[in-house]
Amino acid sequence: MFDILVSMFSYSYGIRAIVVGILVALCASLLGVSLILKKYAMVGDGLSHVGFGSLAIATALNVAPLEVSLPIMIVVAFILLKISENSKIKGDSAIALISTSALAIGVVVISVTSGMNIDVYNYMFGSILAISQSDMILCIILSVIVITLFILFYNRIFAVTFDENSAKAMGVRTNYYNMLIAILTAVTIVIGMKLMGALLISGLLIFPALSSMRVFKKFKSVVISSAIISIACVFIGIYLSFAFNNLATGACIVCVNLVVFFVCWLVAFIKQKVELNKRKKQVVLENKQE
Amino acid sequence: MSLINCKNLTVAYEGKTVLSNLNFEIEKGWRVFVIGENGSGKTTLMQTMLGLKKPLEGKIIYGDGLKHNDIGYLPQQREIKKDFPASVYEVVLSGRLNKCGLFYTKKDKQAALESMAKLDILDLKNNSFKDLSGGQQQRVLLARALCATNKILMLDEPLTGLDSKTSAYLSSLLLDLNTKHEITLIIISHNFESTMNLSTHILHLNDNQVFFGTTKDYKKTTYYKLMGGK
Ligand SMILES: Nc1ncnc2c1ncn2[C@@H]1O[C@H](COP(=O)(O)OP(=O)(O)OP(=O)(O)O)[C@@H](O)[C@H]1O
Ligand SMILES: [Mg+2]
Repeated sequence: MFDILVSMFSYSYGIRAIVVGILVALCASLLGVSLILKKYAMVGDGLSHVGFGSLAIATALNVAPLEVSLPIMIVVAFILLKISENSKIKGDSAIALISTSALAIGVVVISVTSGMNIDVYNYMFGSILAISQSDMILCIILSVIVITLFILFYNRIFAVTFDENSAKAMGVRTNYYNMLIAILTAVTIVIGMKLMGALLISGLLIFPALSSMRVFKKFKSVVISSAIISIACVFIGIYLSFAFNNLATGACIVCVNLVVFFVCWLVAFIKQKVELNKRKKQVVLENKQE
Repeated sequence: MSLINCKNLTVAYEGKTVLSNLNFEIEKGWRVFVIGENGSGKTTLMQTMLGLKKPLEGKIIYGDGLKHNDIGYLPQQREIKKDFPASVYEVVLSGRLNKCGLFYTKKDKQAALESMAKLDILDLKNNSFKDLSGGQQQRVLLARALCATNKILMLDEPLTGLDSKTSAYLSSLLLDLNTKHEITLIIISHNFESTMNLSTHILHLNDNQVFFGTTKDYKKTTYYKLMGGK
């Protein structure tokens, strides 16, 4: 196992994958908590599919995929957010419409131009080999921006997530912060897409936050623990992907997350049972004393 | 100039008019109670006064130097996410958001602790909000509203779900805040008795404005008798 780790770090693409992975994991987990609690998980999912579409088109046109996707994704984030805010039930299907269309367009564009090749597979399910030097630099810059903005506006993001109406009543411009969350999500998806794959990156947004919410009960602890869980899972996932001959990286990472989610669920379940038993025993004791 | 002036206000949801042609002015230091049947539009009115909902016609004018970030607001219970992972302290502190820059200062933290002390929930400080009982959650949200303001509190059914001891305590706390600290109160309530005891003014709604005036005058009306007053 140690050998594999050493050899992973001896390749420059291995190091790039780890750097990008950790940064994306951090961004995704911070945003994931708000996305879930605001019931925006669908927005994240829709965004990632649109990301695939724009990657495909950029590749076909032979222009820098990430740099082209970024502005497109930010615009789409804006649109998806407006849709999901306007009419609740129709919003869901409208997002599904957009996300499947983007996926279909992406597949068609690629098939027509370069054919369904290994690139497509990588864009869908992720690869540790896919990250170039310039991708990594872009990722570092953008993730520093995402993390800084999240920390600066942490208190406002909390208020907008917990009770949007009251925050608005207090004069907080809630739509700005909703927009901020959506745009940061779009940016995170762009920088994580090559490593995680467009179809799987929403797992990175959702899973760590869901896992830590099983166990932790404070907003701050949920945010911090989901960041730790997310980074650990990405690290293990990349390791597995490397160890098993470049197995789809996004898939590995999501599977590791699934295991962690199950463990967290189990921990919460046992904790609950133990507390229940304690209470029962107390009641018995009190009855005896009487 | 009055603190809040409501002029020819009409509010609707997707074409369905809920409130029509309301006219009233609220002065500093008043204790205004809003009453009316379920669905008569009390919550809608409060949300319009807070700027959460746009009126169809007419307007709400803030006067006397009142600004949006001067208001402490307690939403009606069903509007709160009951399963949100947050500690009591985190929730209460978020009431200081309108007073602080990007981060909470010592003063904000102090204010949050003080208002928690007033509502007797200091011992719940590190508890998880979602594990509290309904009445405890109500007190946490009241503490949040309280530390947000020293001018005006808008409370949507603050006494609902509280036991009689807590609700009596809260009533006297509200009276105290109003008389000693000059905090204006606008309160929606279904508790007729405490309404009559605490209010200086009554706004009775029923699709439109049935009555607005002093509590003394309200007691002379037929509505008062219909509501069960003696
Ligand atoms: N979001 C909404 N969309 C459409 N109609 C709504 C909405 N919220 C409230 N209404 C309608 O507006 C009317 C007034 O509702 P509101 O919540 O203001 O009543 P209320 O006086 O606060 O009642 P309660 O005493 O039950 O709290 C009701 O008929 C309700 O059906
Ligand atoms: Mg109501």
